[in-house]
Amino acid sequence: MTSYVKEILTGFYSLLAGMGVTIRYFVKPIVTVQYPREKLQMSPAYRGHTEFVLDPETQTHRCIACELCSRTCPSQLIHLEGVKVGKKKLPSKYVIEYHLCSLCGLCVEVCPTQALQFSKEYRLAGYSRQDAVIDVFARMQAQQRRLGWPVTPIPEPQPEAEGEAEAKPKPAKAKPAAKKAEKPAEAEAAPAAPETPATPAEEEEKS
Amino acid sequence: MATAAQSVSIFGMIAGLIGVMALVAVNALFLIWMERKVSAHMQLRPGPMEVGWHGAIQTIADALKLLGKELITPRDVDKPVYLAAPIVIFLPVLVSFLVIPFSQNLIIRDMNVGVLLILSFAALTVLAILMAGWASNNKYAVFGAIRSVAQNVAYEIPLLITLMSVILMVGSFRLTDIVAAQSRIWFVFLQPIAFILYIICATAETNRAPFDLPEAESELVAGFHTEYSGMRFALFFLAEYTNMFIVAALATIFFLGGWRGPFLPGIVWFLIKVYAIIFLIMWFRWTFPRVRFDQLITLSWKILIPLALANLIVTAFVLKLV
Repeated sequence: MTSYVKEILTGFYSLLAGMGVTIRYFVKPIVTVQYPREKLQMSPAYRGHTEFVLDPETQTHRCIACELCSRTCPSQLIHLEGVKVGKKKLPSKYVIEYHLCSLCGLCVEVCPTQALQFSKEYRLAGYSRQDAVIDVFARMQAQQRRLGWPVTPIPEPQPEAEGEAEAKPKPAKAKPAAKKAEKPAEAEAAPAAPETPATPAEEEEKS
Repeated sequence: MATAAQSVSIFGMIAGLIGVMALVAVNALFLIWMERKVSAHMQLRPGPMEVGWHGAIQTIADALKLLGKELITPRDVDKPVYLAAPIVIFLPVLVSFLVIPFSQNLIIRDMNVGVLLILSFAALTVLAILMAGWASNNKYAVFGAIRSVAQNVAYEIPLLITLMSVILMVGSFRLTDIVAAQSRIWFVFLQPIAFILYIICATAETNRAPFDLPEAESELVAGFHTEYSGMRFALFFLAEYTNMFIVAALATIFFLGGWRGPFLPGIVWFLIKVYAIIFLIMWFRWTFPRVRFDQLITLSWKILIPLALANLIVTAFVLKLV
């Protein structure tokens, strides 16, 4: 008899405890974000695709087009072209094929000038493979426009200082040659490397 | 009290019928919206937000969708019974409104058998569920119907006994008398155990979680209304939500002093109390997991009925002594 009464009382108490939990949640603010109208602030640890760091002093990127990132990338998805402007080398094209990215973050780690960072971009859905190809340079220009900073133009190769007449054809022609020359050294580490840069380009054309 | 009780004119009857139909429809629309909001907020969601202010007319959109849907009649159903079941479940629900006193004078007919009328017609719901389940010629529907019968038989008893202990105190089946008897103190304070038992039984009687075994989605698809679509399904839905209103109204009349309250008019107090009870029932639904069938029957026969009987006996003794 006592166990019967005790069971009823403990059972009833547990029911009340459960209802206490739900009513506490009932009065808590909701956590759902009404997506197209509201957007989440991503946490600082969120690792989206890479983007250029905007240096507040120079108001532009810090990239020196050393190509360390594109060479380190295990998926070979960073397509980087640089031109010589005066003594400095600057990127004229920085495109990543994000759909191939394995999110290793080596490009950010290897960068000697800390020019790359992870963006907070999470809206990455697209209708075609082409939508996942991100022009990092154009993205930086858009950011500069939003901040009201001077927009960094895509650098034209300038025959200056050294007065090289061949400077113009150099980025177009000399680059692939330079790349090929580097490839054999790299091939030991990554045997499949020479093929990979071609395939995504082909696939893009198909789509 | 009971000014319109003795002779009800034709006009009064028609006005009452229209009022009740409007109340049933608006109540169901509101309750479905309320249920979705309550469930959403208990899960930290906003619930329907798109159609109207905070999704207020979302249910109307859903009702229109249901109206436009095809009425599918499966080939092997027992047709007359299959078609009659939605009507049978809905009619007794309407009849119950005949005797509910919404306010001092807002009552269609103040009968001296009010409680009995509501309870006897509420028992017809089981018949309708059995008809629907049996006629559907579907194993899930039959299971749902059989469970519903067992459950309603088990829970009708403590429900009646708990109400009986209040009726003993008042000495009348007339609902207005029961409300009038609470002019000093609400019966919820004099009969707390009866109130708790009544709420539990009412939840079970309306087939709502945690006692929603007749339509347990995870086991029986939709239970007795698996084979119903479109407006026929909507009638079952309407009946369920109107039943909720009726059991909440009974709880209000029996335990919370009916329409009585300061400042506001009686009908407002009545509706506030009714929807508070409905909120409580929804609160149960989104807190407790569904019970197993043996637990359901055990709870009724081993706990609710003995407690209700003990409560009735104690009430009778105390009344005799005082």
